[in-house]
Amino acid sequence: MLLLALDTATPAVTVALHDGSSVVSESSQVDARRHGELLLPAVDRVLADAGLRLDAVTGIVVGVGPGPYTGLRVGLMTADTFGLALGVPVHGVCTLDGLAYASGIESGPFVVATDARRKEVYWARYDDVRTRAGGPAVDRPADIADEVAGLPAVGAGALLYPDTFPDARAPEHVSAAALASLAAERLAAGEELLEPRPLYLRRPDAQVPKNYKVVTPK
Amino acid sequence: MADSRDEPLVLGIETSCDETGVGIVRGTTLLADAVASSVDEHARFGGVVPEVASRAHLEAMVPTIERALKEAGVSARDLDGIAVTAGPGLAGALLVGVSAAKAYAYALGKPLYGVNHLASHICVDQLEHGPLPEPTMALLVSGGHSSLLLSADITSDVRPLGATIDDAAGEAFDKIARVLNLGFPGGPVIDRYAREGDPNAISFPRGLTGPRDPAYDFSFSGLKTSVARWIEAKRAAGEDVPVRDVSASFQEAVVDVLTRKAVRACKDEGVDHLMIGGGVAANSRLRALAQERCEKAGIRLRVPRPKLCTDNGAMVAALGAEMVARNRAASSWDLSADSSLPVTEPHVPGHAHGHDHDHVHEVSKENLYS
Ligand SMILES: [Zn+2]
Repeated sequence: MLLLALDTATPAVTVALHDGSSVVSESSQVDARRHGELLLPAVDRVLADAGLRLDAVTGIVVGVGPGPYTGLRVGLMTADTFGLALGVPVHGVCTLDGLAYASGIESGPFVVATDARRKEVYWARYDDVRTRAGGPAVDRPADIADEVAGLPAVGAGALLYPDTFPDARAPEHVSAAALASLAAERLAAGEELLEPRPLYLRRPDAQVPKNYKVVTPK
Repeated sequence: MADSRDEPLVLGIETSCDETGVGIVRGTTLLADAVASSVDEHARFGGVVPEVASRAHLEAMVPTIERALKEAGVSARDLDGIAVTAGPGLAGALLVGVSAAKAYAYALGKPLYGVNHLASHICVDQLEHGPLPEPTMALLVSGGHSSLLLSADITSDVRPLGATIDDAAGEAFDKIARVLNLGFPGGPVIDRYAREGDPNAISFPRGLTGPRDPAYDFSFSGLKTSVARWIEAKRAAGEDVPVRDVSASFQEAVVDVLTRKAVRACKDEGVDHLMIGGGVAANSRLRALAQERCEKAGIRLRVPRPKLCTDNGAMVAALGAEMVARNRAASSWDLSADSSLPVTEPHVPGHAHGHDHDHVHEVSKENLYS
């Protein structure tokens, strides 16, 4: 087994190779505005570090969010197209599950929250590092304060709103290494993973920009 | 004549607006033109909603690539390159296509060519009428662009002579259709009504046609306001709006200015060919009047079939094939989507070999549209 895992649902552009027993190589950069530019060079680097070529990969693992849409799509489109070109399966994993898995919190319950912008968080509640108890959902921190009261929380969304998440902890961002390890574990156990489809959790803003189709710069 | 098998086999991806296009060409021969459109999802908003378009691109991309390969009867392994619209266009929508093209090229071990959407609109005519004459004068008219471009070499030298200073021509069609309650998009339906109307019934203004106005720039905003006011006055007076005559007279005002300026540009620059592209090139009156005026001026008119005029992947593949044929530098893996890529940059070469182009880049940013 050789899994290529990637996630662009948070400000992190993260890529890892996993051979079924451990992570072979990985790369993580944090730059919320350059997912499109950073992802392919990161894949290339991770493969080069392992001395492998892309066609050795037997499956793709991709974080399906939730996450801000534009960046999220970069990872999903890349994973889909790799799958098509290589003829290998593409597995989806909830990005928050990757954060939960990497949290190292030994006994639950706990919460994972990422930044959904617009003063909201994407969040889910976990019984332990492998078991999501509810969600994911998108909410304003103040609106879920009662539900998460007293629970440890990981992720940038938790660190951003200390009033709601007083026990906020690292990791801040998801790592493809954690995503790959979780996926490898589940695949080995014969579990089905998610379809590689985005978890947007919000309807599109149906606003037509003023010069809606203008593609000629002025 | 060279064996066509020697010509580059290129797959092109286009996602700058609401069409997910994947085309495959061999040199100047069209092999496949697969398009999935999200236009119906935008209709109720009266315009393209960027986030709706981007979501649709992600869904449609892989099936559309598969459909194009099947239609062309070729294997992805045999491709000589992958081309993609790097800009201009809607940023989020472009990024989906660029991500797909990069991943596809990387996985297949093929060179990647990020190309310019406007240059692609011109280059697509090679699939219809054979190699472009050099230089070529091009009039690009759609919901997003109204430009007069002069190209001496479609892979390296495209010069903007003029462009709209406000609305694009296709945008004006959409807005007037909205005022007339004819739905979205407005181009085809106005064309249809106009066929039964009198183009001289109402005299609407011709923007920027005065002696002191810029010779090649366009303006459709004043026309749009004038038509809307005329319609509202009729309604206020309790009279029926003659939809056919309004459509015909409005359309005539648009195509009169477009063709007049395009023919003048050909004469001024000594160019004996005019190509018209973009969605509005499907307009029957624009085609007829352009034909008439070009004949009178001794200019050969080249207009691709309507399906190649609207946004599609074949046009991107056509320009990509030309990049391969002329040994232009491929793009690098960190290629980004550039929503305002200048028309003077037909492609986005990788930085490793791009010193000449970097220079062009600096110069063009200053001179463009100033
Ligand atoms: Zn276009």
